[in-house]
Amino acid sequence: MENLSLMFAPLLSSKLMIVLIFGTLFGLILGVLPGLGPTTGGALILPFTMTLDPLSAIVLLTAIYCSATYGGAITAVLINTPGTPAAAATCLDGYPLAQKGEAGRALGMATVSSTIGGIFSVIVLVFFAPLLAQLAYEFGQPEYFALAIFGLTMLASIGEGSPIKNLIAGAFGILISTIGKDFMTSIERFTYGINELSEGIGFIPVVVGLFAISEMLTQSTLLNQIFKRVALKAVKLPSLSDYKKTWKTILRSSGIGSFIGVLPAEGGTVASLIGYSEAKRWSKSPEEFGKGSVEGIAGAEAANNAATGGAMVPTLALGIPGSATTAVILTGLIIHGVRPGPDLFREQPDFLYGIFGSMLIANVLFFIFGFFGAKIFARITLVPNRLLWPMIFAVSVCGTYSLSQSMLDVWIMLFFGVIGFFMRRYGFSVVPVIIGLILGELVEGTLRQSLVIFEGNWLLFLTRPIVVTFFILSLIALAFPLLRKKKNEQI
Amino acid sequence: MNNVQKQKRANKSLPFFFKDEFKVSLIIISISLILLISTFNFDIVPPILNRGIQPATFPKGLLVLIIILTSLVYYLSFKKPWEIKKKLPKPFFLTIISFILFAVISKILDFFLAISVLSIFVSYCWGERRIFYLILVSIIFPIIVFIFFETILGLRFPPGIITNIYYQV
Repeated sequence: MENLSLMFAPLLSSKLMIVLIFGTLFGLILGVLPGLGPTTGGALILPFTMTLDPLSAIVLLTAIYCSATYGGAITAVLINTPGTPAAAATCLDGYPLAQKGEAGRALGMATVSSTIGGIFSVIVLVFFAPLLAQLAYEFGQPEYFALAIFGLTMLASIGEGSPIKNLIAGAFGILISTIGKDFMTSIERFTYGINELSEGIGFIPVVVGLFAISEMLTQSTLLNQIFKRVALKAVKLPSLSDYKKTWKTILRSSGIGSFIGVLPAEGGTVASLIGYSEAKRWSKSPEEFGKGSVEGIAGAEAANNAATGGAMVPTLALGIPGSATTAVILTGLIIHGVRPGPDLFREQPDFLYGIFGSMLIANVLFFIFGFFGAKIFARITLVPNRLLWPMIFAVSVCGTYSLSQSMLDVWIMLFFGVIGFFMRRYGFSVVPVIIGLILGELVEGTLRQSLVIFEGNWLLFLTRPIVVTFFILSLIALAFPLLRKKKNEQI
Repeated sequence: MNNVQKQKRANKSLPFFFKDEFKVSLIIISISLILLISTFNFDIVPPILNRGIQPATFPKGLLVLIIILTSLVYYLSFKKPWEIKKKLPKPFFLTIISFILFAVISKILDFFLAISVLSIFVSYCWGERRIFYLILVSIIFPIIVFIFFETILGLRFPPGIITNIYYQV
């Protein structure tokens, strides 16, 4: 209870409130612009956080995460293009409702359900993260290894697209993490005589390359795309009958989103699709879905925002990112010298509860900004890509260069931009690469340290109950897509 | 005839080496094999110092896993062919050329100049013809970014013909 009061500390700090307001506004702009989003935006702003103290830096990143996830809905409703992948399901009913002249009602429902979903997930975060951290005290090196493997297999099976391609992408990410000096023996791997590679490949050049530069290349193939814009007069709060119709859907989707968020997967995107399909399944009028159903908007939006708090649970409690954006936040924690995990809960509760509180406030702030400013934010989509992307390139290049003032980082960024473009083109998600890269050191380190403990006997992994449980869960995760496919064939 | 059948028929008409699934799998497997071979040149830790496994073992395992999974992806593509992709449009190749231009100019002349050249080149190739906006993206915005990074983050950009004037070298 004593810790809960720490949650409201950001309200008493003018500096944190300024950071929160800036983060929420910046996140909304990122969310509204198709192709950008919380992950790319977080990676772009990460170099700037070096001028802030650790709490302000993470508060900024989490505010961007929460508001950009909501911001995607504005574009989804008004131009039928999701501002972020997590808003894809919102297009299905948001745009048809807007076409009927009810854009304000559609955005109102999206704003209310996103806020409720977001706040629900922060409550989940406040209560479950410390419990998970308590559990993690039982974990040794073998358990962490099994947990990381479970995380990667979950990502492959629940993530979008082919599970096998996701696994390849995840393995590629781990492989990138092996570049440089081996941390146990200092033997160089894949450096090919390039001294700058001895320290390994930085996270930011890879993220900016895979997300921002590859998106720039994708946009170059979509220049002839024409958006049909729906005019917005004002955002309207949902009516009493809308609330009556959707409150169960909002709560259900908030629960689904928080649960999906906790699992290491593509967080909001998967959560919104499941939230939407469950809303349709439980609806009394499923025939309205796809034609402008407010339940459809509520189901998708509550779920994708609920995934934000959920994804922060494993990130803070275990140091295992629950989504691509939380991987960026995890990097932010690490570069500011904060090591997530059980010890963080014991040693720095003010820091942690400050983050929880700021997420709660960010959800309230984007409600206010979204409600009163959606019309202004919608105008940002009028900035043509031919002007926007060269500017994003300039910021990407300078941001990447600024971290270690190395041109090699810029070349790495461009290289991964091209790789990311072709990966996306041929159905390989780039998210597992990021998660693999960030988990790589943990996977290899815990495996090798476990083998030292077990004196090289691999079978001893099976003598640890938690390890066996995670391995079984990993097998179930790998079998899940096959079972899902069989079930679909039977239907 | 539905789209999947049309796609399968169109795919069948192509020789296997022209299909995307073959080309992509071949590239991944070839690169993985080259990297796998290079892991045999990694230094070996003497048995007395070795703790757990050799430094090359883990990357070797990953590369073998990638090769196996890629082969599986290719095998599965016989049952379910990949969607045929449209040819990449001209602006894509022009954007790639702009990256190369950026690399060359930043290496030889100036980092800041390279950003300006890329911005104006990309913006023009993507269809912008208004002079004011071309100046905005290629000169005004990069100057703002430069000053912002220079003053707030204290970043020192690499030397070049323009940055040297700024730093009065």
